[in-house]
Amino acid sequence: MPINTNRKFMGYRRENGRVGVRNHVVILPVDDISNACCEAVANNIKGTLALPHAYGRLQFGADLDLHFRTMIGTGANPNVAACIVVGIEPGWTQKIADGIAATGKPVAAFSIEQNGDLKTIMDVSRKAQQFVQWATELQKVECDVSELWISTKCGESDTTTGLGSCPTVGNMYDKLIPEGIYGVFGETSEITGAEHICKERAIDAEVGERWYKMWKAYQDDVIFAHATNDLSESQPTKGNIEGGLTTIEEKALGNLEKIGRECKFIDILEPAEAPQKGKGLYFMDSSSAAAECVTLMAAAGYVIHTFPTGQGNVIGNPIVPVVKISANPRTLRTMSEHIDVDVTGILRRDMTIDQAGDALIEMIMRTANGRHTAAEALGHREFVMTKLYRSA
Amino acid sequence: MSEHPQLLVHDHKDNVGVVVVENLSAGTEMLCVVTADNSSFRLTCNDDVPIGHKVALKDIANGDVAVKYGEDIGRFKADVKKGGHVHVHNLKTNRW
Repeated sequence: MPINTNRKFMGYRRENGRVGVRNHVVILPVDDISNACCEAVANNIKGTLALPHAYGRLQFGADLDLHFRTMIGTGANPNVAACIVVGIEPGWTQKIADGIAATGKPVAAFSIEQNGDLKTIMDVSRKAQQFVQWATELQKVECDVSELWISTKCGESDTTTGLGSCPTVGNMYDKLIPEGIYGVFGETSEITGAEHICKERAIDAEVGERWYKMWKAYQDDVIFAHATNDLSESQPTKGNIEGGLTTIEEKALGNLEKIGRECKFIDILEPAEAPQKGKGLYFMDSSSAAAECVTLMAAAGYVIHTFPTGQGNVIGNPIVPVVKISANPRTLRTMSEHIDVDVTGILRRDMTIDQAGDALIEMIMRTANGRHTAAEALGHREFVMTKLYRSA
Repeated sequence: MSEHPQLLVHDHKDNVGVVVVENLSAGTEMLCVVTADNSSFRLTCNDDVPIGHKVALKDIANGDVAVKYGEDIGRFKADVKKGGHVHVHNLKTNRW
């Protein structure tokens, strides 16, 4: 396939002007006990997607705010054409539906109490059929690369990620951030050891100081408050260690290669918070666990995720295509079905970082045009809500 | 590059490099490339070292700082001979 040099693709322009690269009709449970109903509807009506998850009951405070933000952000994501929200009771259900409806897309809300699962499944199925038949007639239109929101987070990292796949993503950002895309990176704990470098990559001293306070708060309030040992085997993980990473500092320095050489981050996002300061690169305060992090970035509105991996993290996301990049020849030899962009040539020194960045951009354009990623083809739909503390 | 390197080093300040081939056996005279400027040198590896794992670029003493990406990545907790395998058995984080 020729390299896409004009950087145009065919995407879905939504009611609010944002551009999506997928066209899902989502059946969204507000809470754990509404999963069964949503999954039954997704089984009834072909072309719908249920997003079962574990939480949504008796949450409060910042944890509840994050739950609502993640639910609303997921439904509002431009990769979602239409959404039906299903909850046990109508209050929180309508709150989430109203949040999604602010985008202008079709949204409906149904609750189970005083109806039961069977009637709710029937009512939701009828609405879901209408939504699918409407969504499948939507036509793609020509869109520009500058309209893409592209997130990144690496996983099952090893020493090859810092040499190859992370710098590949960094090269992509160095080329596409100036064209006007939105970017985001995060993984707060995984900057440990490179925090002095990350702080300097803020757009100005004020943002850098805010970033450092956020990073330090996680160290003090979460890690040192909860650690029962030295975190070896957790950060880095057992898989990281198998791949040759020895310390968190080494892992962090490789991780930070994802933001390239040129771009600066312009703001710090709460988990699942949508960017407010226009085009550019953002940092999201987030877990380094792959499914949690990608779910939060999707809820912030990002439509394509770039995922460098060394040892071969198999994660996907239900609404956002996850593009996998690896430089590890053993991973390409043993599990190539999971990798979209092979950059092993960087280790052989017969591929430059610049060439690898171009190969990733080409795969991003193909993915935006509709090519299913490895994770999509293999059915990886990990949707994992981040929980801040125990429910009431 | 006709001959592929067995070891990559990020920065000239580094005292460890990364094995980038499978099945590297002790005694191999490795082609080592510094990615910062594509300069190269030779180093004999003392151990069988798995892909992705590190090798000491010089003799290292217990307590020395490990340097990779030109940055401090932890403290050695044992002496390591030039060409020796570096990992969790002889290197520890400064952080936790």
